[in-house]
Amino acid sequence: MKRERAINAAVVLAMLVVPLWAWMADEPFILTLATKVAILALAGVGLNIALGLGGLVSFGHAAFFGIGGYAMGILASHVQSYTPLMEWPLLIEGSKSMPVIWVVAMMASGLAALVIGALSLRTSGVYFIMITLAFGQMLYYFAISWSAYGGEDGLSIYVRNGFPGLNTLDPVQFLLLCYAVLGVVLFGAARLARSPFGLALSAARQSAARVETVGIAPYRVRLVAFAISGAVTGLAGALYADLNRFVSPTMFSWHTSGEIMVFVILGGVARLFGPVAGAALYILLEHLLGGVSDYWQIWLGLLLLAVVLFARGGLIGTLAGREVAHD
Amino acid sequence: MSLLSVKGLCVKYGASQALFGVDLEVAEGEVVALMGRNGMGKTTTIKAICRMIAASDGEIGFAGQDLRRLPSFRAARLGIGLVPEGRRCFAPLTVRENLIASAQAGDWDLARVAQLFPRLDERADQVAASLSGGEQQMLAIGRALMTNPRLLILDEATEGLAPVVRQEIWTAIARLKAETGLAILVVDKSLRELSGVADRAVVVERGRTVWTGAMGALDADLTDRYLGV
Repeated sequence: MKRERAINAAVVLAMLVVPLWAWMADEPFILTLATKVAILALAGVGLNIALGLGGLVSFGHAAFFGIGGYAMGILASHVQSYTPLMEWPLLIEGSKSMPVIWVVAMMASGLAALVIGALSLRTSGVYFIMITLAFGQMLYYFAISWSAYGGEDGLSIYVRNGFPGLNTLDPVQFLLLCYAVLGVVLFGAARLARSPFGLALSAARQSAARVETVGIAPYRVRLVAFAISGAVTGLAGALYADLNRFVSPTMFSWHTSGEIMVFVILGGVARLFGPVAGAALYILLEHLLGGVSDYWQIWLGLLLLAVVLFARGGLIGTLAGREVAHD
Repeated sequence: MSLLSVKGLCVKYGASQALFGVDLEVAEGEVVALMGRNGMGKTTTIKAICRMIAASDGEIGFAGQDLRRLPSFRAARLGIGLVPEGRRCFAPLTVRENLIASAQAGDWDLARVAQLFPRLDERADQVAASLSGGEQQMLAIGRALMTNPRLLILDEATEGLAPVVRQEIWTAIARLKAETGLAILVVDKSLRELSGVADRAVVVERGRTVWTGAMGALDADLTDRYLGV
């Protein structure tokens, strides 16, 4: 446990030192990469609640990532086009305020996760994987055909949304904002893992029949966890859309679901900082190997294979040892 | 009035019938020993009471409620605490986490479990998988108590344990009886120890209740006939 804490501290330190260097060396691209790592890590932390704590292998988390992204895109595009979001029965305007967008993104993706989870959690194993994948793809094709919001071309948002007291167009300030959100969510995820609810979820991952004998309904516990997981991933989607000032159906695609899962597996399933380390490693490899070859994903695939075969605890698990599955 | 009332309980595993009519009652504050040779249906009876398997026929009533249509977790919330055969703790969780995960509102909390089993307190931050068999058994009992049950069911709670540890478990059961007045249904093969704590015995043979009576009335003849190897 002490070792894992030291590794987590090293990850935090690296995430602070690299952007600091980039800022001092005037390397805005590195700052953008660090922001991307923080946002993708956030999506991974969301998935890790379902996958790591609950053992729910969701291959459809892109659905929540995309809903978060589109929540931002839709709200901001209405402000951009000076049109209300809705006129009847209530007049609802769009928003360029990040806190408002985050709340809407989390509510929409959490609600979607609740509905998708309510149906998917009646299955298990490979059926659960397939049904979550199917929901994700369903939303992907819906987004493609949704011409009011750009259809296949997606939506461009010309100016990044605002946050009270910050200039979000400044890469450093936006990076720090994303770090702050990631920090809050990591703190919440750590508290959740240690709470009676989190422990019941971990216990249900071990044996649903056994937790029932202590008065816990595994379906309900998993459903709530899935909804929380979806809401966090939705928040990441909203931030990702703000980073790129663009949303497209790609956010819903199964590739995105796969990538989020790769962050978690690379970093360490059920490890608090696993998705952070995984996202950082993924982005690092993308840019190091991507500069060498267009086929960099082959090398990533080999790495993933090695992790699955020889280092199941991922980066954090391999370095920290196997005994603690949640810190 | 009985806290637990089982009448004519029948259970089938697919085409094969395991129970053909088990009857048993446990009153508030009473300790009842469910006895019988291996394979006679004791664990199946307990699984049916806890709703882990469905009864094909018969009645299971607990605190005035019909358990037959309830899911397992509802039966537990009504106040049936199970210590399953083979302990079955949540292996990757620590002792404290095992107990917290199972906690339901009531008098039993971490401190009270630690009072009953001080060893669990010493091992609070150790993962359950790293505990000895006896300690895991204490944890399984502690976990069931954390659900604040009205009826505690112990299925082979001392099986495979060292004599010293078995004695600790029996002492704990005796303390539970004396200090809490908890109703207990206990399945075990140790006739001598059972005689010390149980008020009544129910003997099952080939899936049927064949004898019910005061523990003291279980004489050598009955023991030979139903419990001998």
